[in-house]
Amino acid sequence: MDQPQRIVHEATGVTLDAPVKAQAKGFHFYYGAHHALKDLNMPVAEKRVTALIGPSGCGKSTFLRSFNRMHDLYPGNRYVGEIRLYPDDINLVSPEVDPIEIRMRVAMVFQKPNPFPKSIFDNVAYGLTVRGMKNRTEIADRVEAALKAAALWDEVKDRLDALGTSLSGGQQQRLCIARALAAEPEILLLDEPTSALDPIATASIEELVTELRDRVTILIVTHNMQQAARISDYTAFMYLGELVEFGPTDEIFVRPKKKQTEDYLTGRFG
Amino acid sequence: MTAEPSHCASLPEGHVTHTRARNVKERLIETALFLAAFSAVATTVAIVAILLYEGWSFFQHVSLVEFLTHTQWTPLFEKAEYGVLPLIAGTFTISAIAVLVAIPLGLMVAIYLSEFASHRVRETVKPFLELLEGVPTIVYGYFALLFVTPLLQKIIPGLPGFNMLSPGIVIGIMITPYVASVSEDAMRAVPMAMREASYAMGATRFQTAMKVVLPAAISGVVAAFILGISRAVGETMVVAIAAGQQPNFTFDPREHAATITAYIVQVAMGDLPHGSIGYQSIFAVGLVLVVITLFFNVIGQYVRRRWREAY
Ligand SMILES: Nc1ncnc2c1ncn2[C@@H]1O[C@H](COP(=O)(O)OP(=O)(O)O)[C@@H](O)[C@H]1O
Ligand SMILES: [Mg+2]
Repeated sequence: MDQPQRIVHEATGVTLDAPVKAQAKGFHFYYGAHHALKDLNMPVAEKRVTALIGPSGCGKSTFLRSFNRMHDLYPGNRYVGEIRLYPDDINLVSPEVDPIEIRMRVAMVFQKPNPFPKSIFDNVAYGLTVRGMKNRTEIADRVEAALKAAALWDEVKDRLDALGTSLSGGQQQRLCIARALAAEPEILLLDEPTSALDPIATASIEELVTELRDRVTILIVTHNMQQAARISDYTAFMYLGELVEFGPTDEIFVRPKKKQTEDYLTGRFG
Repeated sequence: MTAEPSHCASLPEGHVTHTRARNVKERLIETALFLAAFSAVATTVAIVAILLYEGWSFFQHVSLVEFLTHTQWTPLFEKAEYGVLPLIAGTFTISAIAVLVAIPLGLMVAIYLSEFASHRVRETVKPFLELLEGVPTIVYGYFALLFVTPLLQKIIPGLPGFNMLSPGIVIGIMITPYVASVSEDAMRAVPMAMREASYAMGATRFQTAMKVVLPAAISGVVAAFILGISRAVGETMVVAIAAGQQPNFTFDPREHAATITAYIVQVAMGDLPHGSIGYQSIFAVGLVLVVITLFFNVIGQYVRRRWREAY
């Protein structure tokens, strides 16, 4: 099957300005008996920023973590339906697909910065060593490039041997982004990456996300609506495990089609 | 809201006596706890004091230089010699063998239980480990003498019935559950966020265990090693039964030998009269043992503090 390009996405009826990098098709997720995600249909446009918004507990993190099979780490979790990944058009949640292969292509940054208690250099090099890269100069080049891409290079270039955990919260989160970028993923997942940070650090991460837009497809969870409005191209509003509305961010914020979306955006609930 | 302050005043009369009764009770509990803690400290101080006192009498008769440099330990001979080196050599050799067995084995068990085993397997295996920790050491002693030694004799021709290899291996097996469970506790205490970060980068379970969890838990794991070494050094019965009780200045594991603790039980249960130099010698070697274990404990504390809050 060809990679769908600049098309009207069938299930949502939304016109995209970029090829589809991934899409959920009739996707459900279960934590044991708890049916956490219900029949999600949504595209993720290539090299665009897609934001997932919705009240706490609506399933944003659950959906995000499905994209790199994090749920496989815990027993009792179950995916039903499809999340298709392009250009090879595979169902990335299928049991036949190796989760490690998926995680090599789809990287993730967590809500709370979680650098390893290793040096800054080793933190960023981690994904490369895990992939068996041995050449020291190649690793050093990739680490430098990733730190530059994460706008952290100037701050740490003189102390790459210092512990990653010794950095400030905002720097730690950019370190985690650099760690994810070093492996050159196709998709970058960000789960409320600024919720543990102060406003200045938040602004720098937001700026970074905007800069990374040309390099990598980004899916970001945020419960901060202004943040979604500022940095995303597409927005999906979720509520109680369902996808209420998906569309270009300006349309969602200016002319929401569903009443629930409008109520949420105007602060009437959530 | 303004009614709040009067709330206290409206409490029933009995409230005050209740408070007093509670205070007395709390004081009693506090005193009891203090006495319990104090008795532990007092016992330690008393042990060290007795060792120093009796050891002092010993060193009136035997010079410290002879004690620390001579290579013969023959307190029962006509011409008694008191060179502690053979006992230290025996203790060192047997402990080293034990540690070579217990550290890799214990670490493997810990990594398996912490990172690979399912919840059910872990809940089944852990009680067994704790059970093994509780087996009386004399059982391990006979296990060494009657099972491991004959087995080793088939592999190493000419191995004497009393040797250091067999008790060394058995002590290693004996302290493995201990090293494993303390290491496993340290590894399980590593936050799940560390593991998730590693898996999210495409790491396998083994890579996550070796590159992330183990380094993050290293202070606890090293502390487990050091406590394990202390136990090997202090172990008595296995050695007394399987190593031959003859002091022997050698590091060859095939040879028979005695260790500090084995010598202490031998004399304490034997025929040397109270007050004799031979009797006092057990306090002198006891001091050496205390110094050695203290040394390992200090290193353990240092390592713990040095790497604390790694994550
Ligand atoms: N590990 C889990 N086991 C069971 N239920 C969970 C687990 N994690 C989340 N949930 C439930 O799934 C729903 C969605 O959670 P989550 O995806 O974390 O929401 P959000 O990120 O939007 O705040 C919530 O009802 C939550 O209680
Ligand atoms: Mg969440």
